[in-house]
Amino acid sequence: MTGFEAVPGGGAAVALDEVEISILRSLAVQLLELVGPGDEPADGGDHDPLEALDAMFAEGPTEPPSDPALARLFPDAYGGPGRKLSAREEEEARTYSAEFRRYTESDLRTRKREDALAVVRSLDELTAAGGPGAVLQVDADGARRWLGTLNDLRLAIGARLEVTEDESDELYQLPDSDPRKPMVMAYLWLGGLQESLVETLLP
Amino acid sequence: MEIEQTESSGAPAEVPEPDVPWVTVVHNDPVNLMSYVTYVFQAYFGYSKDKANKLMLDVHHKGRAIVSSGTREEMERDVQAMHGYGLWATLQQDR
Repeated sequence: MTGFEAVPGGGAAVALDEVEISILRSLAVQLLELVGPGDEPADGGDHDPLEALDAMFAEGPTEPPSDPALARLFPDAYGGPGRKLSAREEEEARTYSAEFRRYTESDLRTRKREDALAVVRSLDELTAAGGPGAVLQVDADGARRWLGTLNDLRLAIGARLEVTEDESDELYQLPDSDPRKPMVMAYLWLGGLQESLVETLLP
Repeated sequence: MEIEQTESSGAPAEVPEPDVPWVTVVHNDPVNLMSYVTYVFQAYFGYSKDKANKLMLDVHHKGRAIVSSGTREEMERDVQAMHGYGLWATLQQDR
């Protein structure tokens, strides 16, 4: 497996084959569907300026998402593990979390969508160039978007697979016949890609 | 982190709650890469590689680490940023 390498002057590059490009694209599109709906239409079509205004003033959600993958991407800001809270404190944490979520979650969703969209576009430019594989090159901003999307993908897949920190976890010794096997392979591959990209960004 | 506290002589006997500083806590999770967590602490907080690495190890081994402190508003900003990076963060009053 190849990974990202730093490009002189900022940014990073990675050689991807046809299969890798299509897997990454498919996963990024699934992430878009998971995180959606965004403020801007995905097809880039006309949109009603009044609707855009509505979106600007609309309040976000107050309840954590029920889907565990989404709940991991958009966690509560108050409370959290490792502390014993009284009933009153728990109630307070819930109220504060709801308030925080109302004002931040929509923005966060939009940003995650924009990053994933940038990843899809950069992959589409690669495939438009033709050939069985290609070298993807991203500037510093593109590298940041890729890093975020690779991490979001791993968080979402990790939540779906219920990964643990235990390296001897049965997940990593699944027989080929297990339906989870391809997702585990993708998860590990994405981890390697992300690790190589982080290394290009560390000073 | 050293924060100098200047006590005025006429300080009220009871310290009102808002004076208790708020902190941003990052929690351990099984997915985030150790290198990535270190990178986030360096990139967002501007911490040195050593400090970022130490905080990352605290998160990893102790389950959580306090990564910043300040006003509630500032900590909400930090938590929002951490969620943007995909880290699991919460804020709380450091009582």
